[in-house]
Amino acid sequence: MSRIEKRFEELKQQGRKGLVTFIMACDPDLATCETILKSLPESGADFIELGMPFSDPMADGPVIQEAAIRALNAEGSMKNTLKLVRSFRENDASTPIILMGYFNPIYNYGTQRFAQEAKESGVDGIIIVDVPSEEQAELLDPLSGTDIDLIKLVTPTSKDDRLETILEGASGFLYYVSITGITGTASADHKNIETAVTEIRKKTDLPVAIGFGIKTPDDAAKMSQHCDAVVVGSSIVDTIGRIKGGDKTVHDVSAQVKALANALAA
Amino acid sequence: MSLANSYKSGPDENGHFGIYGGRYVAETLMPLILEVEKAYNESKDDPKFWSEFYSLARDYIGRPSPLYYAEALTKKMGGAKLYLKRDELNHTGAHKINNCLGQILLAKRMGKTRIIAETGAGQHGVATATVCALFDMPCTVFMGQTDIERQKPNVFRMKLLGAEIRSVTSGAGTLKDAMNEALREWVANVDDTFYIIGTAAGPHPYPAMVRDFQSVIGNEVREQITEREGRLPDSLVACIGGGSNAIGLFHPFLDDRDIRIIGVEAGGHGVDTDQHAASLTGGKPGVLHGNRTYLLQDEDGQIQEAHSISAGLDYPGIGPEHSWLFDQKRVEYVSVTDDEALEAFQICARTEGIIPALEPSHALSHVLKIAPELPSDHVMVMNMCGRGDKDIFTVADKLGVSM
Repeated sequence: MSRIEKRFEELKQQGRKGLVTFIMACDPDLATCETILKSLPESGADFIELGMPFSDPMADGPVIQEAAIRALNAEGSMKNTLKLVRSFRENDASTPIILMGYFNPIYNYGTQRFAQEAKESGVDGIIIVDVPSEEQAELLDPLSGTDIDLIKLVTPTSKDDRLETILEGASGFLYYVSITGITGTASADHKNIETAVTEIRKKTDLPVAIGFGIKTPDDAAKMSQHCDAVVVGSSIVDTIGRIKGGDKTVHDVSAQVKALANALAA
Repeated sequence: MSLANSYKSGPDENGHFGIYGGRYVAETLMPLILEVEKAYNESKDDPKFWSEFYSLARDYIGRPSPLYYAEALTKKMGGAKLYLKRDELNHTGAHKINNCLGQILLAKRMGKTRIIAETGAGQHGVATATVCALFDMPCTVFMGQTDIERQKPNVFRMKLLGAEIRSVTSGAGTLKDAMNEALREWVANVDDTFYIIGTAAGPHPYPAMVRDFQSVIGNEVREQITEREGRLPDSLVACIGGGSNAIGLFHPFLDDRDIRIIGVEAGGHGVDTDQHAASLTGGKPGVLHGNRTYLLQDEDGQIQEAHSISAGLDYPGIGPEHSWLFDQKRVEYVSVTDDEALEAFQICARTEGIIPALEPSHALSHVLKIAPELPSDHVMVMNMCGRGDKDIFTVADKLGVSM
């Protein structure tokens, strides 16, 4: 059983919804990011999404864009992203780590090499925002030799047979994008989400996480009614961006993640 | 010639030219991209669509644009016989409007009610704002802050035409950043909005669609040169940023294998420096803005800022079909520096009485290099894809003239 499957199984047994926290690798710098990363599980994160910084994040709002710039101005690179995962795995064998980002840094690194090194580092899943089902073969082929999940995005525009297309090749869980828009902007309409998730459940047994636009513990609690896990990204990244390094960043992020986890506690 | 042996058979059904092209977009956009493709395929086979296109191309844009024998330049160079395809005489002053006309007809057909576009030099923004005024559709143009500063006349023209300009401050505030922002806007407004992409790049079907609309240039040249010279030309030359004017000229001739075809990239301060916009000669394959193509990028796959004196060529990528033609070696790609383009700009103004845009000044600079070595019966066609009114401030600044 993969770490992702195991974690969803545990959540089910505990009767609670999971918390997925997103931070950008090397934001605001490698050392601070490493400390934040290690602190996330004890603060209550059930899954970690680690952003791979990219110069042109076309599906992200200003908060994540700025995080990518901070990371790239520090020591952000594919090598250091994988290094962060390796270092995290030295002390944590159970929290799933999902790398999230855009295709060019992976393509440039070499998809085969990326898949191999990600596996060796302890990565459990990847979400590549700009690789839709039509182009996924070049990711699935190199991933097939690993147990890394390709986590697919489902959006409010995924109507009719589009959902079936998306489900081909999807594993781990599904990431439902709650708004038609970029990260960290609008808030979601709960009625539409309920309908969408009901449709998804009819077609797959994969767990469903919901993200985009979830900022506060209250948002997280409300959204969790519709799914198996909620993703919080921009609001955590915003905390990191405001303080920019040092113990206070780690402390404030921990406090924020604890509050989110408490809101989801059974 | 069988389709398999043709250079004109691409893209395949998934939008790939060899390994290039494709549809690398966020899932939110996929259904819409597929809808655009379906609508375009239907329009392409609909004579009514093309009759509206050609009727407006004639009466509104002023097509066909003349093919002009540049006798004075030919004499000055003392070699090949040079013809200029006068797309700078189009309404709005560049080739960009050919594509905008096609795309807005498609948007209308799809029932979209709002248009967005990105622009670098502002020519595509002006052309988009123009067709939006004509078809009474609200228009939002994304433009980098840096480009807004250096292309003030075009910014004002867009405003006069009723467009809203959104200043983009992320990145270096140039065309790449404007395109990112336009894509973000599109993701957030998929229901009512059509994105008129300005060059033969982006996700499928845009590269093929823009090429088809711009092919009006090459198709006219075929007829015009046959009328004038009784035969096809020996060579074709065009400048390349994203590459829409070039692919429009080249595509109808790709299978005429005796014709030498040359694309001229913007070499900025030189392709051996880090200040240029020559994606093919100075970049490597990668994925950006919906397609795989040659890109300027660093060792980690981060996209680098391009540099060119010409805002219209200041882009770190290139249309995917050019990347394929480069690998196939069907088209030669060369580069010309800022200074060389500036010199060609002045020579053209004084010799032919035509003030070219800085973009085709790059093409002309290469013509000036190679034409003198060619025999006098060599017929060369260069695409004069835009006029230089928009560039006079940049040029004055470079020449140290205060206006």
